Amino acid sequence: MRIVVCVRRVPDTAARIKIAPDGKSVDTFDVEFVINPYEEYALEEGVQLREKYGGEVTIVTLGPEKSTPMILKALALGADKAIHLKSDNFLNDPSATAHALADELRSIEFDVLLFGKKGVDDDNHQVGQMVAELLGIPCVTQIVKLEISNGMATAYREVEGGAIVVETSLPAAFTGEKDLTVPRYASLRELVAARKKPIVVKNVQQQPSLLEVVSVQYPPPRTPGKIVGKGAEAVPLLVKLLHEEAKVI
Amino acid sequence: MAGPILVFAESTGSEFRKAAFEAVTEGRRLADLLRVEEYALVIGSGVKGHAPELGKYGADKVIVADDPSLALFHPDYYRKIALDAAKKTNPGIILIPATSTGKDLAPRLAIHLNTAVASECTQLELDNGEMVATRPAYAGKVLIKLKIKTSPKIVTLRPNVFTAKEVSPARNPTIDQALTELPNSRMVVKEFVTHGAKKLDLTEAGIIVSGGRGMGGPENYRILGELAEVMGGVVGASRASVDAGWRPHSDQVGQTGRTVSPTLYIACGISGAIQHRVGMINSKVIVAINKDPEAPIFGFADYGIVGDVFEVVPALTREMKKFYGKS
Repeated sequence: MRIVVCVRRVPDTAARIKIAPDGKSVDTFDVEFVINPYEEYALEEGVQLREKYGGEVTIVTLGPEKSTPMILKALALGADKAIHLKSDNFLNDPSATAHALADELRSIEFDVLLFGKKGVDDDNHQVGQMVAELLGIPCVTQIVKLEISNGMATAYREVEGGAIVVETSLPAAFTGEKDLTVPRYASLRELVAARKKPIVVKNVQQQPSLLEVVSVQYPPPRTPGKIVGKGAEAVPLLVKLLHEEAKVI
Repeated sequence: MAGPILVFAESTGSEFRKAAFEAVTEGRRLADLLRVEEYALVIGSGVKGHAPELGKYGADKVIVADDPSLALFHPDYYRKIALDAAKKTNPGIILIPATSTGKDLAPRLAIHLNTAVASECTQLELDNGEMVATRPAYAGKVLIKLKIKTSPKIVTLRPNVFTAKEVSPARNPTIDQALTELPNSRMVVKEFVTHGAKKLDLTEAGIIVSGGRGMGGPENYRILGELAEVMGGVVGASRASVDAGWRPHSDQVGQTGRTVSPTLYIACGISGAIQHRVGMINSKVIVAINKDPEAPIFGFADYGIVGDVFEVVPALTREMKKFYGKS
């Protein structure tokens, strides 16, 4: 099975996010970067598919020179080779990302194309579906389970209150939700071995952004409220406050 | 920007989602400011009879695609119908609820209309007639204001943030039939399987009772379920309790879970780590119950009780039963 997983580096979810002096972007100078968590679930799915059916897992990433540590991590987590589409522009437009990925993917043969449902940085939730539409292939988003047999896939996409079951022939794209897999840890030996796996680097020119950032701001601070009291005896006062002061019940 | 505003009024079963009314209300507001018409697009099965309801929220026209094959969201079918509606009506702005359906659909439309999407917006403004969308990024650690340079401008609206409001007098919308010639698709949408009895998704809930590591184990969520039931709310969870396997991921509130904005969020045994905080900070009122008076959650909760969740929560359930007249 030929499996391609699109991955990307993002700031760690625990990172403190600082707005850059231009007021229109985020300063990521001293932020720790990781593989986008949703793409880590997707990568694990891809590696498990290869372990079951054989074949190869290729990761494709679009990002700056500094993406190399993330690429090595993904290779240590089980990918066989990597394609690094190098671009140093700050990307604020998912459609520009989708076009760059689709341009590369047109020249790669695959059965299963995996994405994360969204990046935990820009929270756009757009790229996987966009790439699939550009390639003209099926795409099931936000999947929590994927079963494949005889060239057919059954995917469970998480929706409000349950899941929708979708069947599709391959090749097809899927975007991963958190419940899809539990990512493995890379051993030291795998981290070392990753350095010997092939990484193809290509410089890409992205299409101009269709979005114009006006400003980036911090949300208004939330003022701390009051401690109503201690233990169960504070409960009647809490209910009174919720009713009379906050007026939410 | 003379084109109408086109709003995707999402339904589930034959009923509209609350987010559909929110989007139609916001569409009406923008349409009035821009002096254009508002059209609503309805796709589903058995929805046709409900279409006039959207006039109450200000739709001038409702375009309906009603077919048994549209009962569940099918990416190719919905995309084709929405694309045909957009090409026919030439809208300046397309509003779509940021539900699982809307988040899937909007980017697909954008590719075929050569435009871009502003995702999960929480506020829309006009600057000299040009739309400026505010959207949280980094799970809400920052707010980005942006303009879409191309047209139509596609925006998804975060549920529970915009308020659904009936207009007076209600409009009597014309009802148009959408083109229902469905495309060939390799995808077959088989069925909807439910997680259980939960009626409301966290993103749509008005009251959320959430539990964290302090709940000690999966069996103890029963007391949160009881409180939620009395109050007509739903149960949520922190990442720690989901990662421990106590609760399903669909219950998780926070950066790698749901972002919620209920009227009331009751955090039980949750410390308030940043990745949880960003998922619930836009709740109207936050109540924290935690035995650790130093827990960060008390720094941004509106009301706090320092105490053991196993004493305070059952007491709160009893008090709420009295309040709601259920005992």
